[in-house]
Amino acid sequence: MTTETVVGRFGRYGGRYVPETLVPALLELEEAYAKASADPAFGEEVARVLREFVGRPTTLTPARRLTEAWGGAHVWLKREDLAHTGAHKINNTVGQVLLARRMGKKRIIAETGAGQHGVATATACALFGLPCEVYMGALDVERQALNVFRMRALGAVVKPVESGSRTLKDAMNEAMRTWVSQVSDTHYVIGSAAGPHPYPTIVRDFQSVIGVELRKQAQAAFGKLPDAIIACVGGGSNAIGVLHPFIGDAGVRLVGVEAGGHGLDSGQHGASLTLGTEGVLHGSRSLVLQDADGQIQEAHSISAGLDYPGVGPELAHLAKTGRMEVRTATDDEALAAFYEVARTEGILPALETSHAFARGRELARELGAGKYLVINCSGRGDKDVATISARGVPPPTGVKA
Amino acid sequence: MSGEIAKAFAKAKARGEGVLVAYAMAGDPDLPRSVDVFSALVEGGADILEIGVAFSDPIADGPVIQGASERALKAGSTLKRVLDEVVPEVRKRCPETPLVIMTYVNVVMAMGEERFAKLSRERGVSGAILPDLPPEESAGLRATFDAAGVDLIPLCAPTTPPARAQAIAKDGRGFVYCVSVAGVTGMRAELPPDLSQRLDLVRKASPVPVVAGFGISTAEQARTLSAHADGVVVGSALVRAAHTDGPKAAKALCADIKRGLKR
Ligand SMILES: Cc1ncc(COP(=O)(O)O)c(C=O)c1O
Repeated sequence: MTTETVVGRFGRYGGRYVPETLVPALLELEEAYAKASADPAFGEEVARVLREFVGRPTTLTPARRLTEAWGGAHVWLKREDLAHTGAHKINNTVGQVLLARRMGKKRIIAETGAGQHGVATATACALFGLPCEVYMGALDVERQALNVFRMRALGAVVKPVESGSRTLKDAMNEAMRTWVSQVSDTHYVIGSAAGPHPYPTIVRDFQSVIGVELRKQAQAAFGKLPDAIIACVGGGSNAIGVLHPFIGDAGVRLVGVEAGGHGLDSGQHGASLTLGTEGVLHGSRSLVLQDADGQIQEAHSISAGLDYPGVGPELAHLAKTGRMEVRTATDDEALAAFYEVARTEGILPALETSHAFARGRELARELGAGKYLVINCSGRGDKDVATISARGVPPPTGVKA
Repeated sequence: MSGEIAKAFAKAKARGEGVLVAYAMAGDPDLPRSVDVFSALVEGGADILEIGVAFSDPIADGPVIQGASERALKAGSTLKRVLDEVVPEVRKRCPETPLVIMTYVNVVMAMGEERFAKLSRERGVSGAILPDLPPEESAGLRATFDAAGVDLIPLCAPTTPPARAQAIAKDGRGFVYCVSVAGVTGMRAELPPDLSQRLDLVRKASPVPVVAGFGISTAEQARTLSAHADGVVVGSALVRAAHTDGPKAAKALCADIKRGLKR
């Protein structure tokens, strides 16, 4: 099943809107990736590292107490939080760094928001012995101190970005600027299924391991495909990874949850699928948060990983064609969901993931008893403890059942 | 191609000079005062004006133009306002100088490609440079611009393989903008040694004039390059001069670089 309508395009979205300096590198990457993906040895190498180092396959866990509390469908969790480094991001960085090595690239750069992609890139670089530089918005450097430490401990250089909103989009601008000047020997590991072609395709393919595993695991665990799958959407890599292998299964509802921030009418959110308009950001045509003059607006989310005014082109296409349902969860709803999951299932989900959980209850009820809902646990919440604890921890009695 | 651009190159050539394409940011420090900057550039000898329109996420620009972009946005600069308030004023003060808009594709898409082309032509804009619109993505927009009589000026990079560079040049409009360094805009102490070869190759293939831009800030660099190009683009150095020392300083720098372009 493919949603790629023309090479590099998902319906109206996608493409390659970058300075000419980068086009030859993108053509080279496209060709190298086509060769690598046709080479069974490359696939085996990626699979082996995922198995031996990342800990794949990640488990599919029944959420029995949530199922009971929500009173609807059976709820199961796809546990990307159990992957090495604590999020799905590692699936993609292992693949891309192996690809870069195959291409003879000497160094790696990356951008990061929450720091998870930066940590995952630094990890893959440490594993394969490549120098690594990570661009991170200065604001995110402050609020994700743990991940900044982890990147540095892994030997990566963290470059705080002071321009613009000092968050993910500015980190991505800076990484692209750096790439333009070092393109001959440097590979840029983009962390979401966004950016210029061929990145949305490459990242989706590497992340699709999540959905491919889920198909098998669902058959084994409950004897059929899930009735619905729900994932949070920042740039969209965990969502496209878990959802893509099910696009052709009409009986499986695909649901993406965006950052509602302070609320959709507050102007402070990250809901580019819900409220974005067509535009070009970071090399692809997609849905973006922008004003009437085409200036990109600053996104807001309590979770740094969803604080992005754009979204990958394939998800934009899936949303616009109606194949994927799009919902939003506010900061407060995500926080409440964080504690609910922690206290009913013994899992501290990432704040990004908490957005998916926040819409879980209503979806479980819509589906009803006897149906199966899978929530993609994109990552664990350790990185977010400073943000969350700063707001005070509710007493145990405050738990909603 | 637009007659104005061709005429500007022909005039400079007749005077035995390379063309100076001078860039400044519309709206920096504010809309009216940026008009003063543009006319100072022309007084200093600029043959073509590149009018920068700010974008929030300028991935092809270095720190100097990023800073100008932020100031312009703060001052309320938009593409619409530049076409309504800056372009007509500059036309009035510098009626002989072709104007080229430089901005990012999203800004043009937001206005609507046809509307942009039509408004531009009406206000006297001759061409447009969109640094994040490579040939693969530009066919539709170029057809729209062609129909309106606005040149979509193509860019060629140091990383562009020769055959691709020739193809870009063959199909050029207005002039071909040869990016001199692999990198973002900004002043450079040294330009790549193979730049002159690259310019010769592109110039041979191109039916329109060829200019070198990115990194150029001195008369000496302009002199070296003008042996291989029909002109040079100077941006960051002028933006910085205008920002720190005002329009007069930008005018003086133009005059200095123009001396380097005398053959
Ligand atoms: C745990 C986690 N989930 C989700 C995301 C959002 O990214 P994407 O939508 O690309 O999966 C991030 C981004 O950093 C993340 O760290």
